[in-house]
Amino acid sequence: MNTVFAKIFVIFWKDMLTELRTKEVVVSVLVFALLVVVIFNFAFGTRAGTVEMAAPGILWVALTFGGVLGFNRIFAVEKENLRLEGLMLCPVDRAVIYWGKLVGSFTFILAVAVVITPIFLVLFNLPLFLPRLALVIVLAIIGFSAVGTLFSAVAINTRARDIMLPILFLPVAVPVIIAAVKATALVLAGSSWGDMATWLQIMIAFDVIYLVVATLVFEFVVEE
Amino acid sequence: MKGKHILRDNVLLGLSLALMIAALYMVFVYVPTEKHTGIVQRIFYFHVPVAWVAFLAFFITFIFSILYLWKREIKWDTIAHASAEVGVIFTTLVLITGPIWAKPVWGVWWTWDARLTTSLVLWLIYIAYLLVRSFATEPARGARFSAVIGIVGFIDVPIVFLTVNLWRTQHPTTMIFEDGLTTSMLMTLMVCIAAFTVLYVLLTVQSANLKSLETDVKLLRSTQAE
Repeated sequence: MNTVFAKIFVIFWKDMLTELRTKEVVVSVLVFALLVVVIFNFAFGTRAGTVEMAAPGILWVALTFGGVLGFNRIFAVEKENLRLEGLMLCPVDRAVIYWGKLVGSFTFILAVAVVITPIFLVLFNLPLFLPRLALVIVLAIIGFSAVGTLFSAVAINTRARDIMLPILFLPVAVPVIIAAVKATALVLAGSSWGDMATWLQIMIAFDVIYLVVATLVFEFVVEE
Repeated sequence: MKGKHILRDNVLLGLSLALMIAALYMVFVYVPTEKHTGIVQRIFYFHVPVAWVAFLAFFITFIFSILYLWKREIKWDTIAHASAEVGVIFTTLVLITGPIWAKPVWGVWWTWDARLTTSLVLWLIYIAYLLVRSFATEPARGARFSAVIGIVGFIDVPIVFLTVNLWRTQHPTTMIFEDGLTTSMLMTLMVCIAAFTVLYVLLTVQSANLKSLETDVKLLRSTQAE
Protein backbone atom coordinates (compact mmCIF):
# COMPACT_ATOMS: atom_id res chain seq x y z
CA MET A 1 0.00 0.00 0.00
CA ASN A 2 2.97 2.25 -0.04
CA THR A 3 3.54 3.01 -3.65
CA VAL A 4 1.60 5.73 -5.38
CA PHE A 5 0.34 3.25 -7.95
CA ALA A 6 -1.12 1.02 -5.26
CA LYS A 7 -3.00 3.96 -3.77
CA ILE A 8 -4.33 5.04 -7.15
CA PHE A 9 -5.39 1.49 -7.82
CA VAL A 10 -7.32 1.27 -4.54
CA ILE A 11 -9.31 4.41 -5.32
CA PHE A 12 -9.92 3.21 -8.85
CA TRP A 13 -10.94 -0.26 -7.70
CA LYS A 14 -13.43 1.13 -5.19
CA ASP A 15 -15.20 2.94 -8.03
CA MET A 16 -14.93 -0.09 -10.31
CA LEU A 17 -16.55 -2.36 -7.74
CA THR A 18 -19.41 0.04 -7.13
CA GLU A 19 -20.00 0.41 -10.82
CA LEU A 20 -19.71 -3.31 -11.54
CA ARG A 21 -22.33 -4.06 -8.94
CA THR A 22 -24.89 -1.56 -10.17
CA LYS A 23 -23.75 -0.89 -13.76
CA GLU A 24 -26.01 2.12 -13.68
CA VAL A 25 -23.65 4.70 -15.12
CA VAL A 26 -22.26 2.68 -18.00
CA VAL A 27 -25.58 1.31 -19.18
CA SER A 28 -27.40 4.64 -19.08
CA VAL A 29 -24.61 6.49 -20.87
CA LEU A 30 -24.36 3.74 -23.48
CA VAL A 31 -28.04 3.99 -24.28
CA PHE A 32 -27.78 7.77 -24.45
CA ALA A 33 -24.77 7.69 -26.79
CA LEU A 34 -26.52 5.22 -29.05
CA LEU A 35 -29.59 7.42 -29.19
CA VAL A 36 -27.42 10.41 -30.11
CA VAL A 37 -25.99 8.48 -33.06
CA VAL A 38 -29.47 7.49 -34.21
CA ILE A 39 -31.04 10.93 -33.80
CA PHE A 40 -28.17 12.68 -35.59
CA ASN A 41 -28.65 10.30 -38.45
CA PHE A 42 -32.23 11.56 -38.76
CA ALA A 43 -31.11 15.14 -38.26
CA PHE A 44 -28.91 15.01 -41.32
CA GLY A 45 -31.54 13.69 -43.66
CA THR A 46 -31.47 10.94 -46.20
CA ARG A 47 -28.98 12.26 -48.76
CA ALA A 48 -26.17 9.72 -48.71
CA GLY A 49 -23.30 12.20 -49.13
CA THR A 50 -24.28 14.43 -46.21
CA VAL A 51 -24.55 11.66 -43.66
CA GLU A 52 -21.21 10.11 -44.61
CA MET A 53 -19.45 13.45 -44.34
CA ALA A 54 -21.01 14.04 -40.95
CA ALA A 55 -20.19 10.55 -39.65
CA PRO A 56 -16.98 11.38 -37.70
CA GLY A 57 -18.71 14.37 -36.11
CA ILE A 58 -21.66 12.24 -35.09
CA LEU A 59 -19.43 9.71 -33.37
CA TRP A 60 -17.63 12.40 -31.43
CA VAL A 61 -20.77 14.28 -30.44
CA ALA A 62 -22.09 11.01 -29.04
CA LEU A 63 -18.87 10.31 -27.12
CA THR A 64 -18.51 13.92 -25.92
CA PHE A 65 -22.02 14.27 -24.55
CA GLY A 66 -22.07 10.73 -23.21
CA GLY A 67 -18.76 11.45 -21.54
CA VAL A 68 -20.05 14.65 -19.94
CA LEU A 69 -23.06 12.83 -18.53
CA GLY A 70 -20.85 10.07 -17.19
CA PHE A 71 -18.35 12.40 -15.53
CA ASN A 72 -21.20 14.10 -13.75
CA ARG A 73 -22.37 10.81 -12.32
CA ILE A 74 -18.87 9.69 -11.33
CA PHE A 75 -18.37 12.57 -8.96
CA ALA A 76 -22.01 12.95 -8.00
CA VAL A 77 -21.92 9.66 -6.15
CA GLU A 78 -19.14 11.04 -3.97
CA LYS A 79 -21.51 13.66 -2.61
CA GLU A 80 -23.86 11.07 -1.19
CA ASN A 81 -23.17 9.68 2.26
CA LEU A 82 -20.20 12.02 2.78
CA ARG A 83 -18.05 9.79 0.61
CA LEU A 84 -15.91 12.68 -0.58
CA GLU A 85 -15.12 13.68 3.00
CA GLY A 86 -14.18 10.09 3.71
CA LEU A 87 -11.88 10.08 0.74
CA MET A 88 -10.29 13.31 1.91
CA LEU A 89 -9.54 11.76 5.29
CA CYS A 90 -7.26 9.22 3.66
CA PRO A 91 -3.61 10.15 4.21
CA VAL A 92 -2.88 10.47 0.52
CA ASP A 93 -1.71 13.30 -1.63
CA ARG A 94 -4.67 15.03 -3.27
CA ALA A 95 -3.15 14.37 -6.67
CA VAL A 96 -3.46 10.64 -5.94
CA ILE A 97 -7.21 11.07 -5.51
CA TYR A 98 -7.30 12.87 -8.84
CA TRP A 99 -5.43 10.06 -10.59
CA GLY A 100 -7.61 7.41 -8.98
CA LYS A 101 -10.71 9.18 -10.24
CA LEU A 102 -9.04 9.81 -13.58
CA VAL A 103 -8.33 6.13 -14.20
CA GLY A 104 -11.94 5.37 -13.26
CA SER A 105 -13.33 8.00 -15.64
CA PHE A 106 -11.06 6.86 -18.44
CA THR A 107 -12.10 3.22 -18.00
CA PHE A 108 -15.73 4.21 -18.00
CA ILE A 109 -15.54 6.24 -21.22
CA LEU A 110 -13.39 3.56 -22.81
CA ALA A 111 -16.08 1.01 -22.04
CA VAL A 112 -18.69 3.23 -23.67
CA ALA A 113 -16.48 3.83 -26.72
CA VAL A 114 -15.72 0.12 -27.12
CA VAL A 115 -19.43 -0.65 -27.39
CA ILE A 116 -20.58 2.42 -29.31
CA THR A 117 -17.88 2.49 -32.01
CA PRO A 118 -18.61 -0.89 -33.61
CA ILE A 119 -22.34 -0.09 -33.58
CA PHE A 120 -21.59 3.25 -35.18
CA LEU A 121 -19.37 1.63 -37.82
CA VAL A 122 -22.09 -0.87 -38.65
CA LEU A 123 -24.82 1.76 -38.89
CA PHE A 124 -22.73 3.82 -41.30
CA ASN A 125 -21.49 0.84 -43.32
CA LEU A 126 -17.86 1.44 -42.51
CA PRO A 127 -15.10 -1.18 -42.18
CA LEU A 128 -14.94 -2.70 -38.73
CA PHE A 129 -11.23 -3.36 -38.24
CA LEU A 130 -9.62 0.05 -37.76
CA PRO A 131 -6.74 -0.03 -35.26
CA ARG A 132 -5.82 3.58 -36.03
CA LEU A 133 -9.31 4.64 -35.01
CA ALA A 134 -8.70 2.89 -31.71
CA LEU A 135 -5.58 5.01 -31.18
CA VAL A 136 -7.46 8.21 -31.99
CA ILE A 137 -10.24 7.30 -29.58
CA VAL A 138 -7.84 6.41 -26.76
CA LEU A 139 -5.84 9.65 -27.13
CA ALA A 140 -8.97 11.77 -27.24
CA ILE A 141 -10.62 10.20 -24.23
CA ILE A 142 -7.45 10.58 -22.19
CA GLY A 143 -7.84 14.30 -22.84
CA PHE A 144 -11.56 14.21 -22.04
CA SER A 145 -10.93 12.35 -18.79
CA ALA A 146 -8.10 14.65 -17.69
CA VAL A 147 -10.24 17.75 -18.04
CA GLY A 148 -13.56 16.13 -17.17
CA THR A 149 -12.39 14.69 -13.86
CA LEU A 150 -11.01 18.06 -12.75
CA PHE A 151 -14.09 19.99 -13.79
CA SER A 152 -16.60 17.53 -12.37
CA ALA A 153 -14.91 17.94 -8.98
CA VAL A 154 -15.59 21.67 -9.38
CA ALA A 155 -19.09 21.25 -10.76
CA ILE A 156 -20.53 18.99 -8.06
CA ASN A 157 -19.61 21.58 -5.45
CA THR A 158 -21.76 24.23 -7.10
CA ARG A 159 -25.49 24.78 -7.00
CA ALA A 160 -26.04 24.10 -10.71
CA ARG A 161 -24.34 20.71 -10.69
CA ASP A 162 -25.49 19.04 -13.87
CA ILE A 163 -25.33 22.01 -16.18
CA MET A 164 -22.08 23.41 -14.81
CA LEU A 165 -19.91 20.58 -16.10
CA PRO A 166 -20.77 20.95 -19.81
CA ILE A 167 -20.36 24.73 -19.53
CA LEU A 168 -16.87 24.28 -18.07
CA PHE A 169 -15.80 21.26 -20.06
CA LEU A 170 -16.91 21.91 -23.64
CA PRO A 171 -15.00 25.14 -24.38
CA VAL A 172 -11.78 23.77 -22.94
CA ALA A 173 -12.19 20.45 -24.82
CA VAL A 174 -12.55 22.19 -28.21
CA PRO A 175 -9.01 21.33 -29.41
CA VAL A 176 -9.47 17.65 -28.62
CA ILE A 177 -12.84 17.52 -30.35
CA ILE A 178 -11.49 19.25 -33.47
CA ALA A 179 -8.44 16.97 -33.61
CA ALA A 180 -10.45 13.81 -32.92
CA VAL A 181 -13.05 14.54 -35.60
CA LYS A 182 -10.38 15.41 -38.16
CA ALA A 183 -8.31 12.34 -37.34
CA THR A 184 -11.37 10.08 -37.47
CA ALA A 185 -12.34 11.48 -40.86
CA LEU A 186 -8.80 10.78 -42.11
CA VAL A 187 -8.87 7.22 -40.78
CA LEU A 188 -12.24 6.54 -42.40
CA ALA A 189 -10.92 7.93 -45.68
CA GLY A 190 -7.96 5.55 -45.50
CA SER A 191 -5.26 8.22 -45.24
CA SER A 192 -1.67 7.52 -44.23
CA TRP A 193 -0.07 8.05 -40.83
CA GLY A 194 1.67 11.15 -42.16
CA ASP A 195 -1.61 12.95 -42.80
CA MET A 196 -2.86 12.13 -39.35
CA ALA A 197 0.34 13.14 -37.59
CA THR A 198 -0.66 16.75 -36.84
CA TRP A 199 -3.90 15.76 -35.20
CA LEU A 200 -2.32 13.01 -33.14
CA GLN A 201 0.35 15.46 -31.99
CA ILE A 202 -2.27 17.97 -30.93
CA MET A 203 -4.11 15.35 -28.90
CA ILE A 204 -0.92 14.07 -27.28
CA ALA A 205 0.18 17.62 -26.41
CA PHE A 206 -3.25 18.43 -24.98
CA ASP A 207 -3.25 15.23 -22.93
CA VAL A 208 0.19 15.84 -21.47
CA ILE A 209 -0.42 19.52 -20.71
CA TYR A 210 -3.74 18.93 -19.04
CA LEU A 211 -2.69 15.87 -17.08
CA VAL A 212 0.14 17.94 -15.59
CA VAL A 213 -1.93 21.07 -14.98
CA ALA A 214 -4.87 19.17 -13.48
CA THR A 215 -2.58 17.19 -11.18
CA LEU A 216 -1.09 20.44 -9.88
CA VAL A 217 -4.38 22.24 -9.49
CA PHE A 218 -6.71 19.48 -8.18
CA GLU A 219 -5.81 20.00 -4.52
CA PHE A 220 -7.18 23.54 -4.67
CA VAL A 221 -10.50 22.21 -5.87
CA VAL A 222 -11.11 19.61 -3.17
CA GLU A 223 -9.63 21.36 -0.16
CA GLU A 224 -11.98 22.39 2.60
CA MET B 1 -10.28 54.04 4.14
CA LYS B 2 -11.11 53.80 0.46
CA GLY B 3 -11.13 57.60 0.23
CA LYS B 4 -7.36 57.62 0.19
CA HIS B 5 -7.51 56.58 -3.43
CA ILE B 6 -9.36 59.69 -4.54
CA LEU B 7 -6.29 61.09 -6.32
CA ARG B 8 -5.63 57.85 -8.18
CA ASP B 9 -9.27 57.47 -9.19
CA ASN B 10 -9.57 61.02 -10.42
CA VAL B 11 -6.32 60.85 -12.37
CA LEU B 12 -7.45 57.65 -14.03
CA LEU B 13 -10.85 59.12 -14.84
CA GLY B 14 -9.37 62.30 -16.26
CA LEU B 15 -6.79 60.46 -18.32
CA SER B 16 -9.38 58.03 -19.63
CA LEU B 17 -11.74 60.84 -20.60
CA ALA B 18 -9.00 62.82 -22.34
CA LEU B 19 -7.73 59.81 -24.26
CA MET B 20 -11.23 58.74 -25.30
CA ILE B 21 -12.04 62.21 -26.62
CA ALA B 22 -8.74 62.26 -28.49
CA ALA B 23 -9.46 58.79 -29.87
CA LEU B 24 -12.95 59.74 -31.03
CA TYR B 25 -11.61 62.83 -32.74
CA MET B 26 -8.87 60.90 -34.48
CA VAL B 27 -11.13 58.08 -35.62
CA PHE B 28 -13.97 60.20 -36.94
CA VAL B 29 -12.26 63.42 -38.03
CA TYR B 30 -8.52 63.03 -38.38
CA VAL B 31 -7.82 59.72 -40.07
CA PRO B 32 -8.62 59.45 -43.81
CA THR B 33 -11.13 56.92 -45.10
CA GLU B 34 -9.54 53.71 -46.27
CA LYS B 35 -9.90 53.45 -50.02
CA HIS B 36 -10.78 49.78 -50.43
CA THR B 37 -13.40 49.23 -47.79
CA GLY B 38 -14.70 52.72 -47.04
CA ILE B 39 -16.18 54.17 -43.89
CA VAL B 40 -16.91 50.85 -42.20
CA GLN B 41 -13.18 50.26 -41.86
CA ARG B 42 -13.17 52.76 -38.98
CA ILE B 43 -14.58 50.03 -36.78
CA PHE B 44 -11.05 48.57 -36.92
CA TYR B 45 -9.86 51.36 -34.62
CA PHE B 46 -12.26 50.14 -31.94
CA HIS B 47 -12.22 46.43 -32.69
CA VAL B 48 -8.45 45.90 -32.44
CA PRO B 49 -7.87 47.82 -29.17
CA VAL B 50 -10.90 46.15 -27.57
CA ALA B 51 -9.59 42.72 -28.59
CA TRP B 52 -6.13 43.50 -27.20
CA VAL B 53 -7.62 44.72 -23.93
CA ALA B 54 -9.81 41.63 -23.61
CA PHE B 55 -6.76 39.45 -23.95
CA LEU B 56 -4.85 41.60 -21.45
CA ALA B 57 -7.76 41.35 -19.01
CA PHE B 58 -7.75 37.56 -19.11
CA PHE B 59 -3.98 37.47 -18.76
CA ILE B 60 -4.32 39.61 -15.62
CA THR B 61 -6.99 37.22 -14.35
CA PHE B 62 -4.63 34.32 -15.00
CA ILE B 63 -1.74 35.94 -13.10
CA PHE B 64 -3.90 37.03 -10.16
CA SER B 65 -5.62 33.64 -9.98
CA ILE B 66 -2.22 32.03 -9.52
CA LEU B 67 -1.33 34.70 -6.92
CA TYR B 68 -4.57 34.08 -5.05
CA LEU B 69 -4.17 30.29 -4.91
CA TRP B 70 -0.60 30.78 -3.74
CA LYS B 71 -0.96 33.61 -1.22
CA ARG B 72 -4.67 33.32 -0.35
CA GLU B 73 -5.17 37.04 0.11
CA ILE B 74 -8.64 38.20 -0.89
CA LYS B 75 -7.33 41.26 -2.72
CA TRP B 76 -5.74 39.10 -5.44
CA ASP B 77 -9.02 37.31 -6.03
CA THR B 78 -10.94 40.59 -6.15
CA ILE B 79 -8.68 41.93 -8.88
CA ALA B 80 -8.86 38.64 -10.82
CA HIS B 81 -12.66 38.72 -10.60
CA ALA B 82 -12.93 42.39 -11.61
CA SER B 83 -10.56 41.85 -14.52
CA ALA B 84 -12.53 38.82 -15.73
CA GLU B 85 -15.78 40.79 -15.67
CA VAL B 86 -14.31 43.64 -17.67
CA GLY B 87 -12.69 41.08 -19.97
CA VAL B 88 -16.03 39.41 -20.70
CA ILE B 89 -17.59 42.80 -21.49
CA PHE B 90 -14.75 43.68 -23.84
CA THR B 91 -14.85 40.23 -25.50
CA THR B 92 -18.58 40.71 -26.06
CA LEU B 93 -17.74 44.00 -27.77
CA VAL B 94 -15.18 42.20 -29.94
CA LEU B 95 -17.78 39.63 -30.96
CA ILE B 96 -20.26 42.40 -31.81
CA THR B 97 -17.95 44.84 -33.64
CA GLY B 98 -16.29 42.03 -35.57
CA PRO B 99 -19.38 40.81 -37.46
CA ILE B 100 -20.55 44.38 -38.00
CA TRP B 101 -17.25 45.05 -39.76
CA ALA B 102 -17.11 41.65 -41.45
CA LYS B 103 -20.50 41.70 -43.17
CA PRO B 104 -19.84 44.61 -45.55
CA VAL B 105 -16.17 43.74 -46.01
CA TRP B 106 -16.11 39.94 -46.28
CA GLY B 107 -19.75 39.41 -47.15
CA VAL B 108 -20.32 37.07 -44.19
CA TRP B 109 -21.12 37.69 -40.53
CA TRP B 110 -18.79 35.00 -39.29
CA THR B 111 -16.10 32.53 -40.31
CA TRP B 112 -14.60 29.77 -38.23
CA ASP B 113 -11.00 30.88 -38.63
CA ALA B 114 -8.47 30.74 -35.79
CA ARG B 115 -8.84 34.29 -34.44
CA LEU B 116 -12.63 34.36 -34.40
CA THR B 117 -13.03 30.86 -33.01
CA THR B 118 -10.45 31.49 -30.29
CA SER B 119 -12.26 34.70 -29.31
CA LEU B 120 -15.54 32.83 -29.08
CA VAL B 121 -14.05 30.01 -27.01
CA LEU B 122 -12.29 32.56 -24.78
CA TRP B 123 -15.61 34.31 -24.20
CA LEU B 124 -17.27 31.01 -23.28
CA ILE B 125 -14.46 30.02 -20.91
CA TYR B 126 -14.66 33.28 -18.97
CA ILE B 127 -18.43 33.23 -18.87
CA ALA B 128 -17.95 29.83 -17.23
CA TYR B 129 -15.49 31.53 -14.84
CA LEU B 130 -18.19 34.00 -13.78
CA LEU B 131 -20.90 31.32 -13.61
CA VAL B 132 -18.82 29.05 -11.36
CA ARG B 133 -18.37 31.95 -9.00
CA SER B 134 -22.05 32.77 -8.83
CA PHE B 135 -23.14 29.13 -8.54
CA ALA B 136 -20.68 28.26 -5.79
CA THR B 137 -22.13 27.51 -2.40
CA GLU B 138 -19.91 30.03 -0.57
CA PRO B 139 -17.80 32.98 -1.72
CA ALA B 140 -14.52 31.40 -0.61
CA ARG B 141 -15.24 28.32 -2.68
CA GLY B 142 -16.32 30.46 -5.60
CA ALA B 143 -13.02 32.30 -5.43
CA ARG B 144 -11.02 29.07 -5.37
CA PHE B 145 -12.96 27.40 -8.19
CA SER B 146 -12.86 30.39 -10.48
CA ALA B 147 -9.13 30.79 -9.80
CA VAL B 148 -8.72 27.21 -11.08
CA ILE B 149 -10.86 27.98 -14.13
CA GLY B 150 -8.91 31.20 -14.71
CA ILE B 151 -5.68 29.22 -14.85
CA VAL B 152 -6.89 26.18 -16.80
CA GLY B 153 -8.90 28.33 -19.23
CA PHE B 154 -6.04 30.65 -20.07
CA ILE B 155 -3.73 27.73 -20.84
CA ASP B 156 -6.32 26.45 -23.31
CA VAL B 157 -6.28 29.62 -25.41
CA PRO B 158 -3.02 29.07 -27.31
CA ILE B 159 -3.94 25.40 -27.82
CA VAL B 160 -7.29 26.35 -29.33
CA PHE B 161 -5.68 28.98 -31.56
CA LEU B 162 -3.05 26.58 -32.91
CA THR B 163 -5.54 23.78 -33.42
CA VAL B 164 -8.06 25.91 -35.32
CA ASN B 165 -5.23 27.38 -37.39
CA LEU B 166 -4.21 23.90 -38.48
CA TRP B 167 -7.84 22.94 -39.01
CA ARG B 168 -8.48 25.84 -41.35
CA THR B 169 -5.29 25.92 -43.43
CA GLN B 170 -7.12 24.61 -46.44
CA HIS B 171 -9.37 27.67 -46.42
CA PRO B 172 -8.18 31.02 -47.78
CA THR B 173 -7.05 33.44 -45.10
CA THR B 174 -8.96 36.69 -44.99
CA MET B 175 -7.04 39.87 -45.69
CA ILE B 176 -7.50 42.81 -43.40
CA PHE B 177 -5.38 45.34 -45.23
CA GLU B 178 -3.96 45.13 -48.69
CA ASP B 179 -1.75 48.20 -48.51
CA GLY B 180 -0.60 48.19 -44.92
CA LEU B 181 -1.12 51.07 -42.51
CA THR B 182 -0.23 54.66 -43.21
CA THR B 183 1.27 56.83 -40.46
CA SER B 184 -1.98 58.55 -39.63
CA MET B 185 -3.77 55.22 -39.34
CA LEU B 186 -1.03 53.85 -37.13
CA MET B 187 -1.14 56.88 -34.87
CA THR B 188 -4.92 56.66 -34.59
CA LEU B 189 -4.63 53.01 -33.71
CA MET B 190 -2.02 53.73 -31.03
CA VAL B 191 -4.17 56.43 -29.43
CA CYS B 192 -7.16 54.10 -29.44
CA ILE B 193 -5.15 51.30 -27.87
CA ALA B 194 -3.97 53.69 -25.16
CA ALA B 195 -7.51 54.96 -24.61
CA PHE B 196 -9.00 51.51 -24.20
CA THR B 197 -6.16 50.25 -22.02
CA VAL B 198 -6.63 53.16 -19.61
CA LEU B 199 -10.39 52.53 -19.72
CA TYR B 200 -9.73 48.90 -18.78
CA VAL B 201 -7.55 49.93 -15.84
CA LEU B 202 -10.17 52.43 -14.69
CA LEU B 203 -13.04 49.94 -14.91
CA THR B 204 -11.08 47.13 -13.23
CA VAL B 205 -9.88 49.35 -10.38
CA GLN B 206 -13.38 50.70 -9.79
CA SER B 207 -14.91 47.24 -9.96
CA ALA B 208 -12.33 45.76 -7.56
CA ASN B 209 -12.90 48.69 -5.20
CA LEU B 210 -16.64 48.15 -5.29
CA LYS B 211 -16.28 44.44 -4.61
CA SER B 212 -14.06 44.95 -1.59
CA LEU B 213 -16.49 47.55 -0.25
CA GLU B 214 -19.29 45.01 -0.70
CA THR B 215 -17.30 42.44 1.25
CA ASP B 216 -16.73 44.98 4.04
CA VAL B 217 -20.44 45.77 4.19
CA LYS B 218 -21.32 42.11 4.37
CA LEU B 219 -18.84 41.60 7.18
CA LEU B 220 -20.22 44.58 9.11
CA ARG B 221 -23.77 43.35 8.61
CA SER B 222 -22.97 39.87 9.87
CA THR B 223 -21.15 41.13 12.98
CA GLN B 224 -23.95 43.59 13.66
CA ALA B 225 -26.50 40.80 13.50
CA GLU B 226 -24.89 38.99 16.41
